[in-house]
Amino acid sequence: MSEQSKDMVFQDQEMIPNEETERIRERTCFVPRADIFETDENVVVIVDMPGVGGDAIDITLEKNILTINGSTYLNAPEGYSLVFAEYEVGDFERSFRLTDQIDRENIGASIKDGVLRLVLPKAEKAKARRIDVKTW
Amino acid sequence: MNRSFSPPSIWREMDRLQREMNRLFNSYSPNRLYSAPSYPAINIWANEEGLLVNAEMPGVQVEDIDVSVDGKNLTISGERVTDELPEGARYHRKERRFGDFSRTIQLPIAVNSERVVASFSDGVLSIKLPGAESEKPKKITIQS
Repeated sequence: MSEQSKDMVFQDQEMIPNEETERIRERTCFVPRADIFETDENVVVIVDMPGVGGDAIDITLEKNILTINGSTYLNAPEGYSLVFAEYEVGDFERSFRLTDQIDRENIGASIKDGVLRLVLPKAEKAKARRIDVKTW
Repeated sequence: MNRSFSPPSIWREMDRLQREMNRLFNSYSPNRLYSAPSYPAINIWANEEGLLVNAEMPGVQVEDIDVSVDGKNLTISGERVTDELPEGARYHRKERRFGDFSRTIQLPIAVNSERVVASFSDGVLSIKLPGAESEKPKKITIQS
């Protein structure tokens, strides 16, 4: 495991909400579940955000903080009253800290069935290079 | 002027916490052997016409979801297929769960199973269950 974390180009950190700031929307906000994996070319972040459509998602990269914000459009269905609840509908927000080793210009994002997939290509210099050992 | 204030969010937060705790304890009590697994989490809404059941199940394919109604029992089952990893990929963080699930809920009213419709969008399953005719409210005239 320590072997793996050595080449981790991605230091992730959960959003620690600042007590001093408040969200503008008066709405519960959740930290969504995420998977992160790394290949030789990319770092891929997959985030579960049920109820979030493609146009309600906002991804910003400021300095080295990548913030994913998804708003759910779904409010109470009209004319219905809630009789049994196990989950609450709310917005999603989560931030990750990137290193310089990500090619920031070519980050790709797609969402399907409430699952966001972010592909963060590694910058040229961060790609592992294979060094051939010659005999002499 | 009658202005409605939204209640302080701390109370709403307390409600939510209580619900979550109940759910947690229910699923970890010894009874859980007898009760259905609680995935997916559901919300049930009602009006005069019938019920609306919502379930959050992101990343499940429509063709992998089965919804069936048998009398007052609604069963939601399916499978969330594991992501296919490219060769040589390794996980740094794995928080999302995959696998089979099945859940049966006893509905509070009898429903007209012929007219049940289900839709799935953005990872949220929504099932509309119109109440059976016998469940419709009847107006009773009071005789003088």
